[in-house]
Amino acid sequence: MRVTFPHMGRIDIPGYTFFKRLGWDVIIPPPITKKTIELGSRYAPEFACFPLKINLGNMIEALELGAEVIFMAGGHGPCRFGYYGEVEKTILKDLGYNFEFYVFEPYAGRFKKFFQPICQLFKYEKNLLKIYNAGKIAWEQGKAIDVITKSVYRIWPREEIPGTTKRLYQSAIAKIKKADSVSTIRYIVDDTLKQLGEIKIKKETPLKVALVGEIYAVLEPYMNFNLEDFLSDRGVEVTRTIYITDWAEEQLIPKKIRQKKKIGHHEESKRFACGYLDHFVGGHGIETVGTAVKYAQAGYDGVIQVLPFTCMPEIVAQSILPSISRDYEIPILTIIIDEHSGQAGLITRLEAFIDLLQWKRSKKEVC
Amino acid sequence: MEKCYLGIDVGSVSTNLVLLSENDEVLESIYLRTEGKPIATVQKALNILQQRLPSNYRIKGVGSTGSARYLTNVVVGGDCVKNEITAHAVAALHINPQVRTVIEIGGQDSKIIILQDGIVTDFAMNTVCAAGTGSFLDQQANRLNIPIQDLGEIALQSTSPVRIAGRCAVFAESDMIHKQQMGYSIPDIVYGLCQALVRNYLNNLGKGKDINSPIIFQGGVAANKGMKKAFEEALKTEVIVPKYYNVMGALGVALIAKEVVVKKGYTNFYGFNICNYDYKTKSFNCNGCPNICKIVEITVEKEVLGRWGDRCGKWSQSIKRFDKLA
Repeated sequence: MRVTFPHMGRIDIPGYTFFKRLGWDVIIPPPITKKTIELGSRYAPEFACFPLKINLGNMIEALELGAEVIFMAGGHGPCRFGYYGEVEKTILKDLGYNFEFYVFEPYAGRFKKFFQPICQLFKYEKNLLKIYNAGKIAWEQGKAIDVITKSVYRIWPREEIPGTTKRLYQSAIAKIKKADSVSTIRYIVDDTLKQLGEIKIKKETPLKVALVGEIYAVLEPYMNFNLEDFLSDRGVEVTRTIYITDWAEEQLIPKKIRQKKKIGHHEESKRFACGYLDHFVGGHGIETVGTAVKYAQAGYDGVIQVLPFTCMPEIVAQSILPSISRDYEIPILTIIIDEHSGQAGLITRLEAFIDLLQWKRSKKEVC
Repeated sequence: MEKCYLGIDVGSVSTNLVLLSENDEVLESIYLRTEGKPIATVQKALNILQQRLPSNYRIKGVGSTGSARYLTNVVVGGDCVKNEITAHAVAALHINPQVRTVIEIGGQDSKIIILQDGIVTDFAMNTVCAAGTGSFLDQQANRLNIPIQDLGEIALQSTSPVRIAGRCAVFAESDMIHKQQMGYSIPDIVYGLCQALVRNYLNNLGKGKDINSPIIFQGGVAANKGMKKAFEEALKTEVIVPKYYNVMGALGVALIAKEVVVKKGYTNFYGFNICNYDYKTKSFNCNGCPNICKIVEITVEKEVLGRWGDRCGKWSQSIKRFDKLA
């Protein structure tokens, strides 16, 4: 059985491990390229958001390579993402492909919806221990990548010799990809963090920017034009506000059995968003508003919001951000992306935004 | 020997040069049409400048801005590359340190810059649509057979402007044609168009922003008196069009170049000789991955000066002296 799933950030690494350990063949879609976007936009509805088009492109490319089973994530609430699995399935069937399609739903109190696709998988694999072990290593990999990424983007803008951090990051990711036991992964994390700590850093504090917005736009570097790398290269520290494992932990594990002491990303955002946005608007609307407030309070220099064109929850958040900007005197830049977006315009805006932040900081220092 | 500083703004429609004296006075300003040939136009502009430049002046620093800023930097040997937004803000602050709002409408993009206490606090640039920028006005003037420089004067003759649908350039055009066929007078249509563009600008860029005076209106479109009047009517306050409104980007980057060079102590400027060099650009597709990036390469006398256009950096990073694009 050859399985596949669409890209999102580095999800391909834990995804590959999980399915491989169940003894299945895994076909990772080729890296996202212009060809992926072209395929996706050709067959997707024009008004659908960019992530759907990339997903669809991934799936077509994987099916062409011989994939037979597609796994996709689902969602709930007003965001259209919850329906994307169905739409993609129908489009692909219409194109004449032959495949099985499973949509994993977040728990969100919906017992049947959550367990139905999982139960269907038992026909392929009945050994629960095997599933547990596969999941455990995959989870550890995902966690490891997130922990390392967090540190990398803190060190990168401070490094004295350009390129040091990036090289270390890439080799760490490659090592994690190969690792086959929890202890190896933990060792790699410790070792990488140690090496990161040894990188020579500059004395001055870099500008600090929080990256908020729709999860796919935040996590997928192809979609946001390598925003984090671009800013880090220019000496700006980017704090990403969503990590896949944090999000998955909250979505997949029912609240009751989650570690009680840990407040999830969504819960925390809801508290910070209080007074600005008190309703669930779907997607990551609340998270965007909440994390913007959180980092404004933490004294960050600026906030960047990224969203796919026509993303409803983020548009709601976008209209609230100016009041946060006013209340906390923090500059906020909104970047809207779709398949027609050009890199030149984005670079101009980002450069101007960095200038603005530097200007503001030097003014503060004078006063 | 007098020191002076050069700012070059190569935009989609126009190429502007500003020569600044040591005391920040504008010595020369040149405004040319880019006509799709950025390098040749920069060379032409430098040629004009060389002839006008008094012999006792020496260029001590060069900065470039505009959409061809990286290209220009490579060609002339620039000391700094700055985005248009910052360059325009610096220039506006130089003209009026109290400025709170900068309205800039150029050939293909429009910007709004909000300032407070001499620093930029917010900005926006048109994203999805170019309706209401210089190119569109140009096109309409052409269609009506009016020279673009007269468009403003004609708009001011209007007595009762016609309402034109301004959300989309194509619909605005068909609406204008419709109004023309109905028999409305040209001045009323032209001023109606100005009002539509201002409405579109304020809805798109001004949304959620506090537009306070003093307001400076710059960029090529500021030449159009009809647009200035329409802005004043819509905002109910005075709008200032500075003397060098059409070369503000170049002015701003000249000021920045001066600052950079004073700190750095020397300039990278290649000199006026570059007018005589034969710059060649060629483009090719990289087949390294399915992205098939279009790579642009610029060479002079067989020496590669710069390459860009690749997503992965394989080509652009193979050249050291070039201030890489991404």
